[in-house]
Amino acid sequence: MIWNWEFVWAEALPPLLKVVHITVLATLYGFAIAAVLGLLLALLRRAPVRLVSWPVVGFIEYVRSTPLLIQIYIVYFGLLPALDLDPTPFFAGVLALGIHFSTYTSEVYRAGIESVPRGQWEAATALNFRLTQKMFRVILPQAIPPVIPALGNYLVAMFKETPLLAAIGVLELLLTAKNTGSYTFRYIEPFTIVGVFFLIMSIVASLGILRLEDWLKQRRPG
Amino acid sequence: MSDEPIVQFQGVTKSFGDLVVLDSFDLDVAPNEHISVIGPSGSGKSTLLRVLMTIERIDSGTIKVDGDYLWHMEREGRLVPANEAHLRKVRGKVGMVFQQFNLFPHMSALRNVTEAPIHVLGMAKEEATERAVELLNMVGLSDKMESFPAQLSGGQQQRVAIARALAMRPKVMMFDEVTSALDPELVGEVLGVMRTLATEHALTMIIVTHQMGFAREISDRICFIEGGRIVEQGPPDRIFSAPESERTRAFLKAVLEV
Amino acid sequence: MREDVSLLVFARELLLAAPVTIEITLGAAVLAFAMSILFGLARLSRIWLVRALARIYVEFFRGSSALVQLFWLFYVLPHFGILLEPITVGIVGLGLNAGAYGAEIVRGAVIAVDRGQYEAATALNFSRSRTMIRIILPQALVAMMPPFGNLFIELLKGTALVSLITITDITFRAAQLNVFTLQSMEIFSVAINVYLVLALAIIFFMRSMERRLGRGLGRVGGVS
Repeated sequence: MIWNWEFVWAEALPPLLKVVHITVLATLYGFAIAAVLGLLLALLRRAPVRLVSWPVVGFIEYVRSTPLLIQIYIVYFGLLPALDLDPTPFFAGVLALGIHFSTYTSEVYRAGIESVPRGQWEAATALNFRLTQKMFRVILPQAIPPVIPALGNYLVAMFKETPLLAAIGVLELLLTAKNTGSYTFRYIEPFTIVGVFFLIMSIVASLGILRLEDWLKQRRPG
Repeated sequence: MSDEPIVQFQGVTKSFGDLVVLDSFDLDVAPNEHISVIGPSGSGKSTLLRVLMTIERIDSGTIKVDGDYLWHMEREGRLVPANEAHLRKVRGKVGMVFQQFNLFPHMSALRNVTEAPIHVLGMAKEEATERAVELLNMVGLSDKMESFPAQLSGGQQQRVAIARALAMRPKVMMFDEVTSALDPELVGEVLGVMRTLATEHALTMIIVTHQMGFAREISDRICFIEGGRIVEQGPPDRIFSAPESERTRAFLKAVLEV
Repeated sequence: MREDVSLLVFARELLLAAPVTIEITLGAAVLAFAMSILFGLARLSRIWLVRALARIYVEFFRGSSALVQLFWLFYVLPHFGILLEPITVGIVGLGLNAGAYGAEIVRGAVIAVDRGQYEAATALNFSRSRTMIRIILPQALVAMMPPFGNLFIELLKGTALVSLITITDITFRAAQLNVFTLQSMEIFSVAINVYLVLALAIIFFMRSMERRLGRGLGRVGGVS
């Protein structure tokens, strides 16, 4: 038998348990950035001035079409030092994850905003709301709830990208597993445990999102 | 009705692509006058209301509301396009009720009515609520204050929408085919509210409608428009019993015989 | 002036590594496409076991992270006596991962084909496999193209991960040059733009594919 349970309990699992919170926190912080920045991008993209909307569209397409790993390197080695910040790898990685996924969440918000009927804008105009009031009091409260499941899918997608932070030395699950492997020359247990962890977490999260979707549909008939 | 008109369209033109929906359109509305605008679909009736509500821009001409230009402002004796601040100031004198109600689905009936007074007029919450309760009473919905639009019938929703528009204290109220989306048995309750408004309140009303009987009963004047122009206008009795224009006659014949 | 020269040097160095990125992208794309069709159709099989196996493949490769999968193949397979070239590991790992996403695209597109098409095929007494191959798939293929285009781009982006299993692709070279020169901003900016050019090439290719397939079905141009 290649798989060794004793090795799992004694050497493979304990170091992973110590860092699992790093993976979880990277996901949550990264997604907080993606959720806020994505909304900002979606709003700026609607700006009536092309001088604003075009660069935003360009930024979104650029970031979406290029590798996250390179973006992590740019933020960690290039951007933050250029801003005279001495970043921790964790901070740089979370920032890069957040920026990368904000371009995806911005498209989700955009779809949500566009699905609000025109009549809602017209009624808001007729009641003399300012543009920001229209957006934050009338449109977004209707646009966001239906797209929460789609945002949730990107939360799961981001979670599965957190191992990339290993490339800049963030001691999350994957790098920890790799280190265990290189001390002990046994890779199968640590990497399998990490894979199973991601598998279980993302399946559970996806099921949760499905239930959320059903619940949202029930809550709003029609 | 010899006062200065409260609404004045002068040579207003509006096109969508090649389609001219308002063709150097002229119309004066006197304070507290009740006008019904009738005409075939696509004649520009709704656009007339929508440009006055600033939902659609105009291509040329001017509109005045209560002495102020709507789409323009005067600067050094010249008319220049209005900025947002000016639009907001003049737009506040006008209110509108829509065919599809357009209530805010995420707010209760009460909040639909208080939201704009609080956040646009800067009214205190207590005062706005007090007024909203009064208005919802007037439209017969005192027991539905906390209901959400999805829980209300079309007629109830439209009555909330009327209360919501009135809460902004407009001088001019516009009704854009407000019963067209309703099941026939619900039309009466909405028309009833409008009748109350017309008879018991000092309010200028511009009504676009297909309800000819109601238009005749409630209006001081009927405007028949077609092709973006007024073809004929006058007191309801004359328009309905002795129209001068052949096209008015044809239109009335078609709608009244259905 | 010195900076300009170094940018050009970086560009040349990174372009020299581009064939590796391209090779892995294309290899993985071919594998992913095959897996997509195979498992996408298997997801719709009438046989319970086939559906279940396809479901396991899809959930497994979508659910566990792509980089974890690469590491597993790279570090663990040798323990089983399977020694693969790193490039092969890259192609197989990324191809299987993208194939799981692609299978869902195929499944969705096949389901979306109008029921009337099945009924017409049945009326013509086509067999089930013949209906699928001759009638349904050609139509579904058109609907698959835009999401496959996105998946192709995701695959290109994913190839950067192979730099972490010792393959000298664009990202690997960029990371190496970064260590040597410490001109991080310049190097990675050049690298990201090389990827952008490759992404644009994919977008251009997919557009022309869409147009070609669409024309075959009379969806683009022509009189309807």
